[in-house]
Amino acid sequence: MRKLVAFLVLVACIAISGVTQADESRLGGMINALQGSGEFDFAGRAAAVRALVASGDPHTAKILNELENGQLYADPDSNDIYLQGGTDDNPTYADPVTGADETDQVDPDSMVKVKINNDVRSVIDDAMNQLTLMSPDHDARLKAAQAMLTQADPRNLALIDKAIAAERSADVLRALKAAQAVILLNTNATYAQKDAAIATIAAQGDQDAIGILTEAMANAPAELKPDIRQHIDAINRSLQLWGIGQNVWYGISLGSVLLLAAIGLAITFGVMGVINMAHGEMVMLGAYSTYVVQNLIGSYAPGLSDYSLIAAVPVAFLFTGLVGVAIERGLIRWLYGRPLETLLATWGLSLILQQLVRTLFGASNVLVSPPSWMSGSFELGQMQITWNRLVIVIFALVIFAILQLVLNRTPLGLQMRAVTQNRRMASAMGIRTPFVDAMTFGLGSGIAGMAGVALSQIDNVSPNLGQNYIIDSFMVVVFGGVGNLWGTLVGALTLGIANKFLEPYAGAVLGKILILVFIILFIQRRPRGLFALKGRAAEQ
Amino acid sequence: MITSFLLRALDRKAVWLIAVLLGIAILVPVLNLVVPAGNPLHLDVVWVSLFGKYLSWAMLALALDLVWGYCGILSLGHGAFFALGGYAMGMYLMREIGARGVYANPTLPDFMVFLNWKSLPWYWEGFNMFWFAAIMVVLVPGLLAFLFGWFAFRSRVTGVYLSIITQAMTYALLLAFFQNDFGFGGNNGLTDFKDVLGFDILKDATRSGMFSATALFLALAVLVCSGIVNSKLGKVMVAIRDAEGRTRFLGYRVDNVKIFVFVVSAVIAGVAGALYVPQVGIINPNEFSPANSIEVVIWTAVGGRGTIIGPILGAILVNAGKSYFTAVLPDYWLYALGALFMLVTIFLPQGIIGLMSGLMPGKRVPNSPGGVEPSRDASSEAEEGIEVDGLSPQTPAE
Repeated sequence: MRKLVAFLVLVACIAISGVTQADESRLGGMINALQGSGEFDFAGRAAAVRALVASGDPHTAKILNELENGQLYADPDSNDIYLQGGTDDNPTYADPVTGADETDQVDPDSMVKVKINNDVRSVIDDAMNQLTLMSPDHDARLKAAQAMLTQADPRNLALIDKAIAAERSADVLRALKAAQAVILLNTNATYAQKDAAIATIAAQGDQDAIGILTEAMANAPAELKPDIRQHIDAINRSLQLWGIGQNVWYGISLGSVLLLAAIGLAITFGVMGVINMAHGEMVMLGAYSTYVVQNLIGSYAPGLSDYSLIAAVPVAFLFTGLVGVAIERGLIRWLYGRPLETLLATWGLSLILQQLVRTLFGASNVLVSPPSWMSGSFELGQMQITWNRLVIVIFALVIFAILQLVLNRTPLGLQMRAVTQNRRMASAMGIRTPFVDAMTFGLGSGIAGMAGVALSQIDNVSPNLGQNYIIDSFMVVVFGGVGNLWGTLVGALTLGIANKFLEPYAGAVLGKILILVFIILFIQRRPRGLFALKGRAAEQ
Repeated sequence: MITSFLLRALDRKAVWLIAVLLGIAILVPVLNLVVPAGNPLHLDVVWVSLFGKYLSWAMLALALDLVWGYCGILSLGHGAFFALGGYAMGMYLMREIGARGVYANPTLPDFMVFLNWKSLPWYWEGFNMFWFAAIMVVLVPGLLAFLFGWFAFRSRVTGVYLSIITQAMTYALLLAFFQNDFGFGGNNGLTDFKDVLGFDILKDATRSGMFSATALFLALAVLVCSGIVNSKLGKVMVAIRDAEGRTRFLGYRVDNVKIFVFVVSAVIAGVAGALYVPQVGIINPNEFSPANSIEVVIWTAVGGRGTIIGPILGAILVNAGKSYFTAVLPDYWLYALGALFMLVTIFLPQGIIGLMSGLMPGKRVPNSPGGVEPSRDASSEAEEGIEVDGLSPQTPAE
């Protein structure tokens, strides 16, 4: 029964829509007017396009599109316009509005294409912009508004006014107002109007605004010129500040990467005094853990693949942490007190780990795809901030904070510090120093693994990943001061920001060389780093 | 004074070593040039160049051993001095090409024409003369080592800190030489050499000659190193290695000794690089890579640091192993090298020489460092009771 009712309703709907479509056929001849008074009556065609737009009919955009694509054909006998479909050899003709097939009503051989020339095309383009200005789609509106801004055609002014009145979205409104202001500047508007327009443009405060104002300056009345000049200078000043801000941000972003790479080293080198040249390989293993986790989730729970990165963090920590404990128990504990030998042995280990990963996963890069919530960017004033960089900065700071908590507020951290400061006394107090050594090294390696998860988002995941970070990490730790996590934080951020400020002047590579030279000289001045430990701990 | 220096230098082992080197300097060209091809004793020119390469590496390892084995300075940047010497030689060889390059420019090397440079940069002037290039081979690495040592040793940067900044030094140079506008051919480096001293570089006779030159210079380096370590200065060096603080308190100028040894070592490394480049026919920035410099350390460690013959033996053995492995089992070379690093440092701290003298009762290697790294850190750590002693092999079979 219910089905029957539904069926009847459906039939009624179809019937009603059929009726309305029939009434709208060729929009009461307005479409047929597109043909004008002949095949080459372009002026008439342009007028017909304007009339069509003025009618505000919802089909207008579709029809104009078809006209521009050369899909509309006229029947020379009836002057009716049809939409051509099908193939070139076997065309079909339909009503352009309803889409009903009417091939049998025409003689396919006599059909004439409704031609357009550049004049008509530009009328159509303008019309399309005007139409999309009212479109319900936000992005289309924004695009149309920006097109208005670049065209700055005085004829659009009325349309823009209308759009401003209707517009609700802030960014579209801003573009529209800018367009309105630009047009006002170029027309014979009153002084007050122009002044307001200049203020509106200046409020935009970006490079485009400077361009518009400089152009307006050329043909502005004399009394407006100082005003414009003032605005341009103000924008330049603020842009300079924003530029510095952007550089600081890039620097913080680079610094956070350095911090992530170095912070594990700050534990193993800084706290334990162990030179772990395989530290970079711990980072690399962390990145490969991300890859494995992503593939596992991709094949067993594809719906969760957006969160595989989050799942990879603990996995990478545990995996590289265990590897670290194994390294400490198997290799490093035989070499305590022989730092140079430790350096060589761990270098050998790093070669083996690299080759192992190369054998297992291949020598080329593996693809770690970014989750959707980390892609894209947003604008803060005139600064462009990408989400993945922001996430990494936050991640680095969170890890730093957690590490500080672990070292200063947990029993393990207390034991670590005790062993670092006085191994024999700590041992006498009943601390199992070998256990604490293993745990400390595991913690440092685990943090390196988590760094690898983050770095997999911004760097190529290849067996050589770690090599790129090992020297930088050592530089950060040594610069910041050994045995001091705050030093590592300050060191990483300082080096990151310094690097980004040098880059515009010296180029990326030379900037990096300068930083290296600076650190080499700095270590000569302060061999214990920026934040040297004082007192008894410094003696070791 | 010079005679006494030479007399002290020529202890029995050094005499043997130098004699062997002089012997192969004669023997190898004879086997290559005089013995006709087809004779089982004939030595193909490929082998001549390969052995020449090994000998220049052996010289580099000897240079490192002088600072590391005898003076306790672990430089992870000795490849930089080697490469600088090599670049100085390479620049001479580039100028020697003259108008025979692809672009047939009489003064500008090919890569400069390619980069659209109009004139020779000032630092390329003079390299068309061999004597100038030869002075630069000595001067540039020596000067860099002096400046570096002046800053580092006077501010008492020691131990791992020094190792890390030497690594940073070679890394910075690596980045710089990769730059095209630095004027040294970018990542392609310098190559396509034609002549050396007027002789065709591809001729068998020239190659044999270069081999002999390498062997002779290695013998000279052995003489110099042996002279230094057997002199009073050598004793001070060992004292610095084993207890830097005490040596300083005894009134020795530790910084000056270190700077001197570092410069001598860098010069030997530079000469080794200059001998290396014409034999392999290319020098590129990869020679600066930190990994290369660390590999030199393992050659020295395998052979036995703190001896003259050890690093030479180590460099030849490890590189022969590398040539064999990379040809037969290319995927396993890095495993082998990595294992070498770990096993040698744990089980064989004195290398092959230490092992051999340990097997021969009654003979001990003089001057060789003990199983425990004799630094201040080490002694304080060891006193703090980590069980190093029972686990790490000390001087074997005492």
